[in-house]
Amino acid sequence: MHAEIKAPDGSGRINFARLASMREAGLIVIILALCIAMSFASPHFLTWGNFRAMLMSFSIEGIVVVGMTILLIVGGIDLSVGSVVCFSMVVSGALFLAGLDPWTASLIGIGVSALIGAAMGFFVTIVGLNHFITSLAAMVIVRGLCLVITKGTPLSLFTLPPAFKAIGQGSFHGLPYVIIIFVVVVAIFDFLLRRATAFRKVFYTGSNEKAAQFSGIKTKQVKFWVTVLCSTLAGLAGVIYMARFGAATPTFGAGMELNIIAAAVIGGASLNGGSGTIFGAILGMALLSVVTSSLILLDVSVYWQDMIKGCILLAAVSIDHFLHRKKS
Amino acid sequence: MTETPILEIRGLSKAFGPVKALSDVQFSLRRGEIHALCGENGAGKSTLMNMIAGVLQPDRGEILIDGTAVSIPSPAAAQRLGIALVHQEIALCQDATVAENIYMAAINARRAPLMNFNKLHADAQKVMDLLAPIPVRTKVADLSISNQQLVEIAKALTLDCKVLMLDEPTAALTEGEAQRLFGIVRGLRDRGISVVYISHRMAEIFSLCNRITVFRDGHYVATDPIAESSPDDVVRKMVGREITQLYPDKLAPLEPGRLLLSVEGLSDGDRFADVNLQLRAGEILGIGGLIGAGRSEIAQTICGLRPATSGTVALDGTVLRIRNYSDAVKAGLVYLSEDRKGSGVFLDMPIAANVSALDLGKLTGSLGLLDRKAEDRQATDLTKRLGVRMAGIDARVSTLSGGNQQKVAIARQLSIDPKVIIMDEPTRGIDVGAKVEIHRLLRQLAAKGVGIVVISSELPELIGLCDRVMVVREGRIAGELGADELGEEAIIMLASGVQNSSNQEKQAQNVA
Ligand SMILES: Nc1ncnc2c1ncn2[C@@H]1O[C@H](COP(=O)(O)OP(=O)(O)OP(=O)(O)O)[C@@H](O)[C@H]1O
Ligand SMILES: [Mg+2]
Repeated sequence: MHAEIKAPDGSGRINFARLASMREAGLIVIILALCIAMSFASPHFLTWGNFRAMLMSFSIEGIVVVGMTILLIVGGIDLSVGSVVCFSMVVSGALFLAGLDPWTASLIGIGVSALIGAAMGFFVTIVGLNHFITSLAAMVIVRGLCLVITKGTPLSLFTLPPAFKAIGQGSFHGLPYVIIIFVVVVAIFDFLLRRATAFRKVFYTGSNEKAAQFSGIKTKQVKFWVTVLCSTLAGLAGVIYMARFGAATPTFGAGMELNIIAAAVIGGASLNGGSGTIFGAILGMALLSVVTSSLILLDVSVYWQDMIKGCILLAAVSIDHFLHRKKS
Repeated sequence: MTETPILEIRGLSKAFGPVKALSDVQFSLRRGEIHALCGENGAGKSTLMNMIAGVLQPDRGEILIDGTAVSIPSPAAAQRLGIALVHQEIALCQDATVAENIYMAAINARRAPLMNFNKLHADAQKVMDLLAPIPVRTKVADLSISNQQLVEIAKALTLDCKVLMLDEPTAALTEGEAQRLFGIVRGLRDRGISVVYISHRMAEIFSLCNRITVFRDGHYVATDPIAESSPDDVVRKMVGREITQLYPDKLAPLEPGRLLLSVEGLSDGDRFADVNLQLRAGEILGIGGLIGAGRSEIAQTICGLRPATSGTVALDGTVLRIRNYSDAVKAGLVYLSEDRKGSGVFLDMPIAANVSALDLGKLTGSLGLLDRKAEDRQATDLTKRLGVRMAGIDARVSTLSGGNQQKVAIARQLSIDPKVIIMDEPTRGIDVGAKVEIHRLLRQLAAKGVGIVVISSELPELIGLCDRVMVVREGRIAGELGADELGEEAIIMLASGVQNSSNQEKQAQNVA
C-alpha cells in the first residue's frame, strides 16, 4: 500500500511495458538521430530558443493527446477534439467579453467541454452508436456552434488581464507556464494510467469488453467517463490557447484531431483498444514536432510538410502491424 | 508392416522466443488410422498441428507426406496437400452465416466467380445435419459455443482431405454430439482418411483410436497401439508420475451446511422457465444437460449477466437485488464463462492482470493505486497451484496454450473470496493432472463453506466430483440425482427425456 509511492516502476515489470518500452526506446532513438542530423544541417536547430519554441508548440496539443490516448485505449476515438478546443476558447472568450472575470469564464468553458463529452458518452453508451460516428457528428455540430457564437468573426481579447495571459505567455524562471502545465498533466496521467485501479479498468474494457463485463466491470461507465475526460482536457487546452493568443478564432483547431490521433498511434496506442501509453504518445507528438521544425528550418514548403507527416504515420503503423503479425 | 506413412514428422523443433514449444519430435500417421495425440497442457500438441497445417513454420525438422519431404508455407498450401485442421480455438467469422463459414475454405479453393446461395445453403445444411440440426442461415455470433464448435468441424468435413486433424473437438460437446462425431470419424477412417485426434478425455481416446502418441514438455515420449496401452499407462507417460485418485472424496451423507443459495421460480421468458435451485454450504452441485438445454443461460441469469423476467435469487437468506453482474460479484456470487476466448480472458494482457480483473478492490491501496507487488504475488501463487506453463506472469495470455489459458481464467475466479462460484465447463481443455488439482481445490473451497456449482458436459466429471446433480432439459429442471443415484445412464436419461416418469416422481419428492 505504501510501497507504490517509491520507484514508480522499480520492478520494471508492468505488463504492456515490455513491448511498449521497446517502442518508446525506438522513438527516442529516432528523435535523437533526427536532432543530431538537423544540428549539422542547420545551426539554429540546437538552440534553446528553437527547443523552447518546439516544446511550446506541442505542449498545449500534448494535453489533448493525453485524453485521446486514454480514449484510444478504451477502444474509442474522438474526432471532435479540435472543435471542442475551439469551443472552450470561444465560450470563455465570449463570457469574458460579456463581463465575467476570465477565471470563471475559463472554468465554464472547460465545463461545457465536459458536457459535450458527456453528450457523446451518452450516445455511445446508452444509445449504442460508435465513437467514430458520434464524434464525427460532434465535430461538425460544435464547430457550427463556434461560428454561431462568434458570428464568424474572431473575438479580440487583448483586454484580458495580464495575470491571466501569463498562463499562455509568461514563464517561471525562464520556464514557460504552458510547459509546466503540460508536464504536470502528462506526469499525473501517465502515473495514474500505470498505477491507478480506475485506469486499469480502461485497459480491461479496451482489451476485451465482454470479458471485462464478465469480470464485473461496468464497461459503459468506464467508456462514458473516459469520453468525458478527453473532452475536458480538450477544454483545458482551449483556455490555455486563449491565454496564449489573446484571441478566440472560430476556425481554430480545424484538423487538429488528425495530428493528435497520429501522435498517439505513432506512440503505440492501438485503434483496436487495449494498449497505449501516455509517454509513448507524447514521444509521437515530439517526433511530429521535430519533423515539422526541421522542415521549416530546411525551408521545405508547407505543402510538402503534411505529406511527409502522413508518410511517417503510415510507416509507424506499418511497422506496428508487422511486429504484431510476427508475434502471432 | 513397412508401408510408407501418409504423414511423417522427423526431428521437428519450434521455439517462441525463449520458450521451446517442441524439441526434436517425431510422429507418424498411417493410412486409415485414427491416431491419438496426448500430452499435458502446453506439451506442444497444438503447435505441431499448426505447423502441419501451415499456420506456423518449424525452426528445424522435416514434414513428409507420402514419403516426400514438403514445405507447407501457408494454410492454403496445406489444403492443396489434402490436410485439414479443426483448430482448438474457434475461429469463425462471427458476422457471417453458418453456411458461409462452412464453405469459406471451399469457396476460396474453388474460385468460382459468383456464389450460388441456394446451392450453398442446401449443401451446407446437408453437411451440418450430419452433426446437428443447426439452421445454416443463422449468424454464427448467435450460436452457443458448442454449436460453433460443431460448425468448425463441419467446415473441415467439406474439404476433400486425406489427413484430418482434430484439436480437442469434443472439449465443448456433450456426450450425444460427441458420439455422433465419433461415428463420422470412424466412417472417414473406413474410407481411408487418416485422422489425428487430440483430446484430454481418456475414455474417448480408448474407444475411438487405433494408436496413441504421447508428448511431454515438448518432447516425444512414445507411440503405442491402443490395444497394448491403458489409460493409467498414458497418464503416467504424460505426467511423469502416477495419479492415484482422480476425484477427491465426496461429502459424507447429511453433512451439507446451511442453505447458501436459493433460486426460486426463475424465468427469462425465452430460454428457460420456472427454475428452482438450492445450494448448501459445503456441497458441490453439478448441472448437466444437453447442449442448448439452457444451462449457461440459467447460470448467467442468476448472476445478473442476462435479464430475468421473474423469480428471486437469495444468498444466505437475503433476497438479492441484482441489476448487473457487478452487483452479484459484490454480493459474493461469481460466474466462470464457458467461452474462454470471447468472454473469459484478456488475450493481449499479461497473466497477472488477467488474474486480478475480478476484484481489483482487494489489490487497491488507500490512494486508489494498484499494489502491483500484491498482484504479482497473487498471480504467482495461483498459477503455481494450477500448474500454468508459461514464460512468466507478465507474459500475455495469447502466448499460452489453450488449457493454460483456461487455468488463468479459473485462477481469476479463485483469486477472490466468493460465497458461491458457478463454473461453466471449468475443466474444458485441461489435462488430467491439472484437472485433479482443480477438483481438489474446488473440494477444499467447498470444505471452507463456499458453495460451488459446476456445469459440465463431461459425465465422468459430474459423477466423480459432484455431491448432487441437477439435469436441465429444454429450459426446465428435468430432475435431480443424489450421490447414490449418480450414473451416466441416469443423467443421459434425464437429459434426453426418455423414461422420465419415475424421475419426475423423485423430483416431486425432492421438492416436497
Ligand atoms: N505465440 C506463442 N508465443 C509464445 N509461446 C507460445 C506461443 N504459442 C504457444 N506457445 C507456447 O508453446 C507451448 C506449447 O503450446 P501448445 O499450444 O502447442 O500446447 P498444447 O499441447 O496444445 O496444450 P493444450 O492442451 O493446453 O492445448 C506452451 O508452453 C505455450 O506457452
Ligand atoms: Mg492445444
